[in-house]
Amino acid sequence: MFDKTVKELGNALRRKEFSSVELTQAFLDRSKSLNGKINAFITFDEEQTLAQARAADETLLKGEPTHLTGIPIAHKDIWCAKDWITTCGSRMLENFRSPYNAHIIKRFNDFGAVIQGKTNMDEFAMGSSNETSWFGAVKNPWDLNRVPGGSSGGSAAAVAAGMTPASTGTDTGGSIRQPAALCGISGLKPTYGLVSRYGMIAFASSLDQGGPMAKSAEDLAILLEAMAGFDAKDSTSVNNKQVDYASSINASVAGLKIGIPKEYFSDHIAPDIQKAIELALKEYQKLGAILVDVELPTSPLSVAAYYVIAPAEASSNLSRFDGVRYGYRAPEYGDLNDMYAKTRAQGFGAEVKRRILIGTYVLSHGYYDAYYIKAQKIRRLISQDFMRAFQTCDVIMSPTTPSTAFKLGEKASDPVQMYLSDTFTIAANLAGLPAMSIPCGFDQTNLPIGLQLIGNYFDEAKMLATAHQFQRVTDWHLKKPPLTTA
Amino acid sequence: MSLSKQDVKKAAALARIEVTDQEVENALDPLKQVFTLIKEMQNLDTEGVEPMAHAQDISTRLREDIVTEIDQREALQANAPAVENGLFLVPKVID
Repeated sequence: MFDKTVKELGNALRRKEFSSVELTQAFLDRSKSLNGKINAFITFDEEQTLAQARAADETLLKGEPTHLTGIPIAHKDIWCAKDWITTCGSRMLENFRSPYNAHIIKRFNDFGAVIQGKTNMDEFAMGSSNETSWFGAVKNPWDLNRVPGGSSGGSAAAVAAGMTPASTGTDTGGSIRQPAALCGISGLKPTYGLVSRYGMIAFASSLDQGGPMAKSAEDLAILLEAMAGFDAKDSTSVNNKQVDYASSINASVAGLKIGIPKEYFSDHIAPDIQKAIELALKEYQKLGAILVDVELPTSPLSVAAYYVIAPAEASSNLSRFDGVRYGYRAPEYGDLNDMYAKTRAQGFGAEVKRRILIGTYVLSHGYYDAYYIKAQKIRRLISQDFMRAFQTCDVIMSPTTPSTAFKLGEKASDPVQMYLSDTFTIAANLAGLPAMSIPCGFDQTNLPIGLQLIGNYFDEAKMLATAHQFQRVTDWHLKKPPLTTA
Repeated sequence: MSLSKQDVKKAAALARIEVTDQEVENALDPLKQVFTLIKEMQNLDTEGVEPMAHAQDISTRLREDIVTEIDQREALQANAPAVENGLFLVPKVID
């Protein structure tokens, strides 16, 4: 059952092949036995999890089950879930028990899904390797000496290792797509505003977007239906008509125009990745899609602009962690200012502090125009590049990452090298566009490679169908890492 | 202009993060590298470009000015480091 998709497990539950309690217990047992190796989960709460599974079994017996009734789902520990410890990967929130549910948690509860646990992540979602977590690094299930990517690394590793059927993540500059690529799973960052940010601990509010991570595009469609939707509590939530993503998943890609941006096929890409992407594009041509060249001339500056905008917003968002209302407080201090300074010095890790310092600096008197306004202008140009490109294509494709999973510690002391691992993913966040990563091959050392799809605003249905058509004729997404349970 | 130790100390003070001299020393080189990356932006002429503050050009939604939240003081204060009589405790601010 650990190899099955959400769709298959849902069908089996409704056919009474097993109960949700049996299914959930099996995934709990497997994830607990693998967690010592992979460290994908921060928190299990078997009592709460099984209570939800029992309620789901009642619905399966005599209610009206949905596609998700009784399915255990692991949530990135950035989502507040009522009565669950919600740490955001930080010492600052190590003991924070959320008094409320994030909008997406409430939605999943309404759909009858089961919270299987909370997954590990880079501290406050700031990282591309999961090494900045206060709770230790996550290991890539394909090679335990390598990183799973980040920041939603625990969510990606858990799905790849068959520890959970599906998970949620958040993506500010690639935090769903990059770990999905490095762990060989499928992940979707929706259009900004499609999924409510209410109850997502904020990193960079104009970029943050939650989304699903799973074994297949078809599963992403099922999960997105639960996650997407208007929420009055998120002031940037978009009030669009609800879309049934699963119903349009079989749409053909014949005649689909795939934009190929030459800026994303630079010589910085590992040769194995280049080759895998070319083969994937050939597959799409066989399915009737047409490749067209597009230009995204400003995108090489996306990392630079991002590392102004995201830290600026983070320095503001993270000012709430002051040791007064919730979270860590330093045990010893003098006056109020000293309490703040010591609390934040001890509660935040090195990468979070680095980004707060960058953000504070670029927003400070005398530098605001040179950095912050400049970055916002570049953001506008990046967004306009995409709008021009979408006049001649339906979807843009590129590698998700320039390299496959790197070794633990390899980039930990070099922030710029770490930041550049998101070089292909960041532009979609700056523009607010939907983007996803699906598995499209392996390198010579058997590490997964991800194909990135970037779509036009609110084009998730078309993107999911495009990804699904690829997964109907390839089996990269079905490959499993060679893992043994302890 | 290059980032100095004084700049790092000033930003840390503004951000209310205590830093030791050693931490400033360790932070400086990586921060300089990040700013070298950031300064690539200066190579592009952006004269006349309208800054983009948000992923979408949306206006803030308005709602009726009515009470929407229930009183959950106890539940919310359960996470506070120090509470007394329903109040958050902080070190004395005014003598």
